Amino acid sequence: MHEYSLIQALVERVEAEVAARSASAVHRLSVRIGEDAGVDIELFKTAFHTFRERTVCENADLEVVVVPIEWACQECGRRIEPGRALRCPECLAPARLIGGDEIILDRIEMEVA
Amino acid sequence: MCDSCGCGDHELVPVDLHERILAGNDKTAAHNRSHFRAAGVLAINLMGAPGAGKTAVLEATARALAPARLVALAGDLATDNDAVRLTAAGIAASAITTGSACHLDAQMVHKALHDAPWRTADYLFIENVGNLVCPAIYDLGQAANVVALSVTEGEDKPLKYPVMFRAADLVLITKIDLLPHLPAIGIDRIAANLEKVMPRPHFLPLSATNGQGMEAWRSWLEGRRSAIGELSAAAGLFPVR
Repeated sequence: MHEYSLIQALVERVEAEVAARSASAVHRLSVRIGEDAGVDIELFKTAFHTFRERTVCENADLEVVVVPIEWACQECGRRIEPGRALRCPECLAPARLIGGDEIILDRIEMEVA
Repeated sequence: MCDSCGCGDHELVPVDLHERILAGNDKTAAHNRSHFRAAGVLAINLMGAPGAGKTAVLEATARALAPARLVALAGDLATDNDAVRLTAAGIAASAITTGSACHLDAQMVHKALHDAPWRTADYLFIENVGNLVCPAIYDLGQAANVVALSVTEGEDKPLKYPVMFRAADLVLITKIDLLPHLPAIGIDRIAANLEKVMPRPHFLPLSATNGQGMEAWRSWLEGRRSAIGELSAAAGLFPVR
């Protein structure tokens, strides 16, 4: 249930940005979450809708872009299928996660008077 | 105000941040980490399911590392039972009671440091809340993440909780003294599952009860401690892409 603490951090960050720019309202937030970031996307959205009340995000939409998990060989860059040992079948080097663990606030769309 | 056509509407401004939602936590964790490095203390974030044997491992570790100076912060939703046990084992331990929070964050650790004698310690063990999900994504400022996985939990736990095991610098396979009673469980099959979620699978089988494997764990800790100052694997776990 750390989704609630993620939303708390998100709203606090947005509040700081709103204050810094003297914005009057927030229309939309865009976040990027990896499918293997340890975040339950539905719970994250529910937490947002619960937590945004009486905050600057009260009327804001939340856009969540889900990033698929992707591993590649750190030496030759060859993609490595999940579900197998995380080693390159060609050069035997360990794999490197190249996507799928993000928890990123990309954009805030706010109304400035 | 819209000043291009004079319609009087408010202006919509897009602000691009591309910033980790946990950036605030990361900042506090970096602060903790710089303190630990400066003081020459090896900070370990010990994670694992409830009942994986985290506290028992630390009790045995206190015996194995004697006379080194150990400090522990024990996180739990309620009670200071673990801190009491660790204190009895000779570790300067204090409890972080999280209330409803299912994980420790860098701020909770920072706050707890004010009352702990970590500056004069050789090792600081942060025993996280028993949970294989939430603690994995919070950097605390540790030099290394260690995950305890007991043989009684079943060999597929790495596949079920990949985020946790991917974050681990080392997995301690605990309670191996129970293996004779668990014919369906094999260390080799746990290892094969770890390879599917950890690109560099490092694990040590041990028993806090009979001491088996404790020597290898002690060597690992001493090796990491002598390498303080080098960038830890854990510190590189949270890149922004």
